[in-house]
This record gives sequence, C-alpha cells and structure tokens, in this order.
Amino acid sequence: MRGSEDQGITLVKVIVTGLILLGILIIIILISLSLGPAKVSLRDILAWSIGHGALDQQAWMIIYKIRLPRILLAGLVGFSLSLGGVVFQALLRNPLAEPFILGISSGAAVGAIIGIVFGFGFHLGVPLLSFMGALFTVLLVISISSRQGGLESATLLLTGVIVNAFFTAVIMFFIATTSDSRLHSMLFWLYGDLSQSKYIQLSVSLPLILIVSGIIYFFSRHLNLIVGGEDTALQMGVEVELVKWVSFLGISLITGVVISFSGIIGFVGLIVPHLMRMLLGPDHRLLIPASAIGGACFLIAADTLARTIISPSELPVGVVTAFLGAPFFIYLLKQRGSKWTQS
Amino acid sequence: MDPELILRGVFFRYEQQWCLRGIDFELRKGEILGLIGPNGSGKSTLLRIIDGVLKIPKGEILLRNKPLSTYKRGDIARQIAMVPQESTFRFPFSVFEVVIMGRFPHLGLFPFEGEEDVKIARQSMRLTHTLDLAKRSINELSGGEKQRVLIARALTQTAHIILLDEPTSFLDIRHKVEIFDLISSLTLTQGLSVIIVSHDISLAAQYCHRMLLLDKGGVYKIGEPAEVITADTISTVYECPVLVDKNPISKTPRLTVLSRRGEGKREMI
Repeated sequence: MRGSEDQGITLVKVIVTGLILLGILIIIILISLSLGPAKVSLRDILAWSIGHGALDQQAWMIIYKIRLPRILLAGLVGFSLSLGGVVFQALLRNPLAEPFILGISSGAAVGAIIGIVFGFGFHLGVPLLSFMGALFTVLLVISISSRQGGLESATLLLTGVIVNAFFTAVIMFFIATTSDSRLHSMLFWLYGDLSQSKYIQLSVSLPLILIVSGIIYFFSRHLNLIVGGEDTALQMGVEVELVKWVSFLGISLITGVVISFSGIIGFVGLIVPHLMRMLLGPDHRLLIPASAIGGACFLIAADTLARTIISPSELPVGVVTAFLGAPFFIYLLKQRGSKWTQS
Repeated sequence: MDPELILRGVFFRYEQQWCLRGIDFELRKGEILGLIGPNGSGKSTLLRIIDGVLKIPKGEILLRNKPLSTYKRGDIARQIAMVPQESTFRFPFSVFEVVIMGRFPHLGLFPFEGEEDVKIARQSMRLTHTLDLAKRSINELSGGEKQRVLIARALTQTAHIILLDEPTSFLDIRHKVEIFDLISSLTLTQGLSVIIVSHDISLAAQYCHRMLLLDKGGVYKIGEPAEVITADTISTVYECPVLVDKNPISKTPRLTVLSRRGEGKREMI
C-alpha cells in the first residue's frame, strides 16, 4: 500500500485517497439508510438520493426523519473522535492516546448523569450539562499541568488519568444511588447512544468541526515534526507550544460537543488512527483526513449494527465498537508485531 | 574571509545560576570545531543558543555578520541545522519521510514538497549513503544508520552550519569513525561549518580543526587540538588524572584516562 513513498506525500495522493474514502463513506451511508426494522429498498433510496423518483410518505418519514439524522450524527461523532485520536497520539507521542485521555469523557459523563438524575431533557439539558462537564475537565487538567505556559506531555497524561479516576468515582456514586429507569438512561449514555439524533445537533456541531479540522490540518506537517521530538521541531521553526494549545483546546471542544449528543463511544479514536497509519503511513498530511473520514465510516457501520442486530431492541453503540474493535485490533497487533508502534 | 558565526560575551541562565558566562569565539567557514567539557559545563546549552531556541539575556551572536536576534525562526533553520544525540520517532516514518522533513523551513503555506525538494532530499541521502535505506522504517535502523539519516535531514535543510550534539555517544568504534569521516568529507565537499560536541576527545582531535574546552560555563581554552588537549588542561577541567601523548599515526593528541587507584591491575580476590 505504501509503494510510492519515496516520492513523499503529494497533494494528488491526499486528494485521491480522500475521494476513495468519501466514496466508501457514501456507500456505507446508503446501505445504512436501507437497513432497519422497516424495509426500504436500496434501489429506491438510490433513486431518491439522486433526485429520480420519490419515496412513499412512510418510507420518506423513516429515511429522512429518523435514519438520516442519526447516520449523519454518527458520521460526525466518528469523524471527530478519530481526528482527536490521531492528533492526541501525535502531540503526546503516545500510541495509546485517544481523545478521552485527558479525562474529558468522565467529565462529560458526570455532567450528563447529573442531568439525567435531575430529570433534564435529552435534547437540551443533558447535552448542555455534559458539554459543560467536558469543558470544565479539560480546563482543569490543562491548568493543573501547565507550567509557565508550557504543556508537558507526561504531566498532562498523569493529570488526565487522575482526574478521570476521580470523576469515575463520582459516576459510580450516582449509579449506586439510582435505582429507577434513569439507571438505564445512564448506562446507555455511558456506552454511547445515537437514538436521540436531531438535525439541530448537526447544525450546531458541523461548523465547529469544520473550523477545528481546518486548523488541525494546517498543523499536520508541524505534527510530523513533533512526533520526531519537540526539540527538533522547535529548531526547525515549529511553534510547538502554540500548536499544542490550539490543538488540545480545539480537539477538546469538538469532542465535548459530539459526546454531549452521543454519550461516550470508546475505541473509535484509538483504533481508526492506528488502522489508517498501517494502511497509509504516519505522515499526518494524509493520516489526518484519512482517519477522520475513516472514523465516520467506522462509526456509521457500528451504529447500523447497534440498531439492527437485536432489532427491534437496540444495543449501545459503544458495545459494538468495543466488541468488534478489540478483537480486530488484537488481530492486527499480532499480524504487524511491534513494527508500527515501537520506539 | 568573514567568520560564519561570532559569539561575543554571551551569557545565559535558566533560573538563578548563570550557566554560560561570557562566551567568545568564532566559527570559520569550512571548519570543524570540537566542543568538549565535563557534564554540565554548558555544551548543549551553547548549541541551543546558537540555533536560536534559547534567547540570550546578555551578549551578541552574529550569524554571517547579522545579529541572530534579527533573524526569524525559519530563517535560522535554513542556515543552521541541528543533529540531536538521538531521536525517537514513536511512529514508523520511513527514512525518506524523515529526511524530507528537513524541507520544513523552506515550505510556504502550501504544505507539500515539490520535485525540487525531493531532489535535494535524494542528494542529501546520496551524500550520507542512506539512499538504500529510503523505504525502511526509521525505527528499524541501527544507531549508526540512524545518525546518518539525521545528518541527511540536516543537509536537506540546506544549512551551512551544522551543530551535532554528541552524535557518536551510542555508537561502537567503527560507527563512531564512520560518522566523523562523513562529517569531515561533508565540510570539504559541501563547504559546511560544523560544531560538534563529543566526549570522544582523542577521536575528535583527529578530525577537528580547532577545539573549544568549556569549563563551568566559560571558555577554558580554544585552539588547535594540540594546544587545548594537554594533560594539564584536561586533568584540571575534568578533575580526573589523565595522560596525553601523541597518536603515532595522526600526530594528534591522544588521551588516556588514568585509574585513581594508581598503577597496575587489581588482583582478583
């Protein structure tokens, strides 16, 4: 797959790879639209999506009102989490990093669970509290670990782990003291639930995600150098601290927004960047867009399984991502040995 | 000819303690300057000041007769390149990808290298004999190969001054010599000027035109290897008894470290 690497990464290579992945994404979206308790044939959806022929009233309602917003939100969540994973792995120079590593997921969860306990709605109250929880955690972790304006990776990681542990205890406290149907809501939130997707969530998160992705992409070759050591990056003229601050805050912002809608969906941000790195190499100019689009594909596919596999009942999507992701990841690890993570 | 680099009265401190106090020297074109001194004498700090990463509160540095402080970061990176002691890439960048990263200071807003950049990278790899390694992962290389790749990256920056921070510390004797041979030939053929920090004093003495002995943040002595490396200076600065004689082949000073326990081998118990 990495045959032409002695010519380096070119714009053409990035565009071609991006288009191929977008093609795969569209195919996955179309297939996902056709799957569900109510059968709508793929051919009808294809005709409808390119403007030929209309769907009957009931099919249109299911496709447009229920399945499409959910699929699109799954795509945005997968996109953001994978983008976050690839950036955090580079900034922290750690292959185990993922977007939740600074404690953002547990902070968001505390917010969401408080929202559920006090009976706030799933459309505004819970997401808002969860987003505030996420933001609070990130600012807490960053302010604890910054020294004279510098963010040191090992300190950040440690602080994240400890803050995570604390908030997990808070979450367990609420779970232990709740016994009614709210418990079910909490558990679904903790393992990811896209069934509450609305178009309004897309219009809130999409502009933010686009802006942050653009900035992150601009930093992609800076990230290449940071992976090779912060000293070398500094010497070559990379404003290392600026790249770190902007990236940490930007990624945390979009992660906080998307998980406030979806709940915590693990594994996407860890596995997709690694998979893409194996296929396409570690250059972030290619890896960043590939991971982001790949993450969208992966999460849409996983959520489609989550809502169809035990239909009419549903699984939390985080269960599917981990259930499929973990064995697949171990398989890849065995295949490739330590070639792609070794120090 | 004007020197490539001039330092005049350079001071630096991290916190309270001054770690460089009044450094004066110049780097001539095509010269290999060996920087030696005990641990903590300020060698690495001095390199980081020269490549502009650390700012000096007092003193003056002239890069091609212009104050270093008037250069932008990127301008410095196009003139001065650093080869670190070792470099750990967490992810498996290929050798070519690492080398072409040296073009970073030359790229504008368009984030992709062009044909010209690829040509320069390949030329640097040819000069450092790393072309055959192009597709290998940087993490699979031996210590000596890796250092050659990092030197190739420095050449790809098309800098005219290369700073090397103990590039041979982790290498065996054959690979140490290889790196010094490479640096020596590059200064001759490419007109580079080099500052190299090394603890291999006898080996460095065979290659360096001049040597600078740092002691507690000051220049203890600078000059030709035979002037700087004497039993007196080395044993005083390193606080360690040494014997200095002449390498019978190169006629450069040769250092033997003496045991503090006196003469003769210890008997096994």
